[in-house]
Amino acid sequence: MSCFLSNSSLGRKLVMSISGCFLVLFILFHMSMNVVAIISADGYNAICGFLGANWYALAGTAVLALGVLVHFVYAIILTIQNRRARGNVRYSVTVTEKGVDWASKNMLALGFVIVLGLGLHLYNFWAKMQLVELLGGHTNALGYSPADGVALIRYTFSQWYYVALYLVWFVALWFHLTHGVWSMFQTVGWANDTWYPRLKCLSNIVATLVFLGFAAVVVAFFVSSLL
Amino acid sequence: MNFTLKIWRQKDAKSKGEFKKYEVKDISSDTSFLEMLDILNNDLVHKGEEPVAFDHDCREGICGMCSLHINGHAHGPEQGVTTCQIYMRQFKDGETIVVEPWRSAAFPVIKDLVVNRGAYDQILQAGGYVSVRTNSVPDGNAIPIAKADADESMDAAACVGCGACAATCKNGSAMLFVAARVSSLAKLPQGRVEGARRAKAMVAKMDELGFGNCTNTGACQAECPKSISIAHIARLNREFLSAKLED
Repeated sequence: MSCFLSNSSLGRKLVMSISGCFLVLFILFHMSMNVVAIISADGYNAICGFLGANWYALAGTAVLALGVLVHFVYAIILTIQNRRARGNVRYSVTVTEKGVDWASKNMLALGFVIVLGLGLHLYNFWAKMQLVELLGGHTNALGYSPADGVALIRYTFSQWYYVALYLVWFVALWFHLTHGVWSMFQTVGWANDTWYPRLKCLSNIVATLVFLGFAAVVVAFFVSSLL
Repeated sequence: MNFTLKIWRQKDAKSKGEFKKYEVKDISSDTSFLEMLDILNNDLVHKGEEPVAFDHDCREGICGMCSLHINGHAHGPEQGVTTCQIYMRQFKDGETIVVEPWRSAAFPVIKDLVVNRGAYDQILQAGGYVSVRTNSVPDGNAIPIAKADADESMDAAACVGCGACAATCKNGSAMLFVAARVSSLAKLPQGRVEGARRAKAMVAKMDELGFGNCTNTGACQAECPKSISIAHIARLNREFLSAKLED
């Protein structure tokens, strides 16, 4: 049993499903946390202080990084195997089959966009917050306190190109989740013809909530920077 | 009706193939696609050329022998039918029709449009059967089976093993085929007994033969000539994972 998670196609898919589920739950938490920044700057900074360089926040960050790494590495392994299984000679005529979503056939490409966005996001926020605290600093490169998340959000999203890049990132995440959420239920076997419309509806709701929650913060701070 | 055909020609498994163009003229709209290929082959033989090799047998949609990837679709443009049930009236007069063999590493081309689908037989041999003693034919109602279960089993049993699922899947996955076999037996009392062993053995053989990993695109069910649902893949996932957790 120990090795079916790497030896078997269904085991590898289970790993993708479980790690994906974990990441969706984290994203929902992160989105909820971000929305607080619109409602209350003090409230948001209190959360930032709570999630600083404390042992539980560091443990959470390590588990999260592991989750992203596992999901990403397995996606690469699965794609290499799938390309090999498809063979060297490809069809000269290809079509999109009826009822097949574009996102379902482009999950890896969407994943790459999400990882690139994640890199930018870590540079913009994590490296100026938790990392600064970890290294014992009291101010980040921009001169703010590492626990002053709102100041960092205000600074970052007053620049139009970051707003544009983050919105592209959220669109990629939206597409990824519209397929990913229902797909994780299918992979563990919790799906049937009655539940497909419900699961796909749930996927769209989760993806749209995540998009709107994240985008609202970016747009709100950009608009307030113009006023 | 007149058509231009772009057909994949390949001398044998080792040779490099290429598309060749053929013109077929005065084809009746009621001619089946395979009859149209017969007419083409008749012309080729009369000209002293090598006829196009393609698989076919029953020509009534039940044997799963015919294949062909036509204009980007496994089994042609119609949904829920095999290639032998495609008729020339479904194409436009003067249309160029591109005909390719199944493309999947597990289905190597033998000649022209004929591929070796022996991999599916090997998966079946690994566990797609019932080995418990069922004795002689029992009375029809001796074992009560719920109508819904019997229906689901029959829906899965409609799989003709043609290979369209793996040929369509961008990952070259045979999951719909394996799922249909596992599901049709798992829903019946005689097949249920060996459900766990069957799921593990068939998945292991599928992986060993180099089929890809399913990513739930649903392309297989869209192109399946028997419209088999990916709900059977969900059942295979359940069967396999619960069997593995019991190990």
